[in-house]
Amino acid sequence: MTHSLQNLQQPNVSSKVFIQRDYSSGTICKFQTKFPSELESRLDKQQFEETVQTLNNLYAEAEKLGGKSYLEGCLACLTAYTIFLCMETHYEKVLKKIAKYIKDQNEKVYAPRGLLLTDPIERGLRVVEITIFEDRSVGSGR
Amino acid sequence: MKNCEYQQIDPRALSVSPSSAENHIGKRSQRPRRKWEVFPGKNRFFCDGRLILARQNGVLPMTLVLIVVTCGLFFAFDCPFLVEHLTVFIPVIGGVLFVFVIISLLRTSFTDPGILPRATPDEAADIEKQIDTSGSSSYRPPPRTKEVLINQQVVKLKYCFTCKTFRPPRTSHCSLCDNCVERFDHHCPWVGNCVGKRNYRFFYSFIVSLSFLTSFIFGCVITHITLRSQAGKSLIQAIQESPASVVELVICFFSIWSILGLSGFHTYLIASNLTTNEDIKGSWSSKRAGEEYGNPYSYNSIITNCCATLCGPMPPSLIDRRGWLPLEEMIPTASTSEMELPTFVAKNDAHMCTQSTKGMLGRVVRSLDFHELCPPGTPKTTPMGPEGSSSVALSAQPSASVSCAPQPTLQSVVTPCPHFSRINKRDSLHSTNPAFRLASPSPSLSRAGFVLEDAPEVSFVPLP
Repeated sequence: MTHSLQNLQQPNVSSKVFIQRDYSSGTICKFQTKFPSELESRLDKQQFEETVQTLNNLYAEAEKLGGKSYLEGCLACLTAYTIFLCMETHYEKVLKKIAKYIKDQNEKVYAPRGLLLTDPIERGLRVVEITIFEDRSVGSGR
Repeated sequence: MKNCEYQQIDPRALSVSPSSAENHIGKRSQRPRRKWEVFPGKNRFFCDGRLILARQNGVLPMTLVLIVVTCGLFFAFDCPFLVEHLTVFIPVIGGVLFVFVIISLLRTSFTDPGILPRATPDEAADIEKQIDTSGSSSYRPPPRTKEVLINQQVVKLKYCFTCKTFRPPRTSHCSLCDNCVERFDHHCPWVGNCVGKRNYRFFYSFIVSLSFLTSFIFGCVITHITLRSQAGKSLIQAIQESPASVVELVICFFSIWSILGLSGFHTYLIASNLTTNEDIKGSWSSKRAGEEYGNPYSYNSIITNCCATLCGPMPPSLIDRRGWLPLEEMIPTASTSEMELPTFVAKNDAHMCTQSTKGMLGRVVRSLDFHELCPPGTPKTTPMGPEGSSSVALSAQPSASVSCAPQPTLQSVVTPCPHFSRINKRDSLHSTNPAFRLASPSPSLSRAGFVLEDAPEVSFVPLP
């Protein structure tokens, strides 16, 4: 029953930081790389910027206009858009990649520091939500 | 508090008390619900969240009836004659066009136009905090606009009081649907939905294919009547022999003007990468205030603009309609029952604390995986399946009246928050990234033919 005892020690959420969208390049999905001050004690600026930049690159890849997306668009139009019933769009494929990357980052970088990244798709691609958990452990002052 | 309460709680009781709490919860908890059931906007959902429609779905049933009846009359009365006298391809072409029109229409109506989900309470609080700390200490309400530089153009982002977030550029709040819609074009009652980023290409293919269909039927009916009257009969006699053709002629005649006009208008909008909303408001009109205004979203090439709008990547639906709601009512009751055991917690040393934090975070991450599986699945479920379209046809109530003047009903509605027209430079939140200067030649497309009045905000009364 120690399992249930451990459940009691849920780390409390101390605060949440929201990384807003950067619209300077237009309506494409891009997040601001400005390092929030609340994370200064927990995370390297470089690490944070790398995460956000990678996310921005992945979203740019999803929304890229190029031969492949045009082909997909034209094919869809010709089939009266019924092709989306059986085929996954390019955007969806990249979203899966993004989900995997975030999970990866959480496991390797953020969870050990008591942080949690939330996939922006769960917030309507408006923000990257970073949950800061209370640091209750002694001696883990990283 | 008596100590015996703690003594009574032994490991066996631990298994009993949560379960008794669960029984208690079981009576109170509801069956697991999907997110569409608690969606805050004014929308209707079908097929367990796969199909979405505006609550005021206007005259969509009438649109469907009009198209089906006209084509039905065409196939029943004109095609036999034309097949006999001309070619069998006429009903084939008509059939293909008809199918394309219906599919595009249903796709437009039942696809999420690009609705932005409302901000979570934490986000809303964070934004409020940012606005308040910008230094507005006077009596008047804080300004609710944010300026960003997009391609050397200053764009004002407005705060939406309903959705509690700053709207992305080109997003507008539709009061009929009570949602913020990305790249909001207009709310079309004929289609029963907003037209926005995700369904604009379906809308465009609908009106273009409808133009072809009405022109085709019009031409065929004229041919039919001409051929009949040429065979030694008068025009009146020919019409008497085929009265349905007159009905079709009337319907098509009135439709052609408006539909062709609408197609032409939207072709222009696509070529210049504008939305109806922006065009009506004159957002990028060159007449404004002598400053250099131009559309910052245009790629300055007609072909690129067309390709970007029509053949660009299909963005996913941001409202997770078919995701499950977290069973939040279970968590508070469970935790209150376990709150009685703090003394057991104190037993654990620092090492266990670290382990449990990591373990908890791991569990949280794993549980997030479960939720992440849901959103990407929704776009695949947005296209209507065969069962979806048939259920729609059955649920559509055929309207009695027939009206043949589909005006482009443009309902760009400005958000009901009037107090932010001032831009206080001190208070506005600037984008933190340096506005990089892109080499942007001035937009070449002149809008002389389509410049509307200079009124800064134009709001439309919804047409009945």
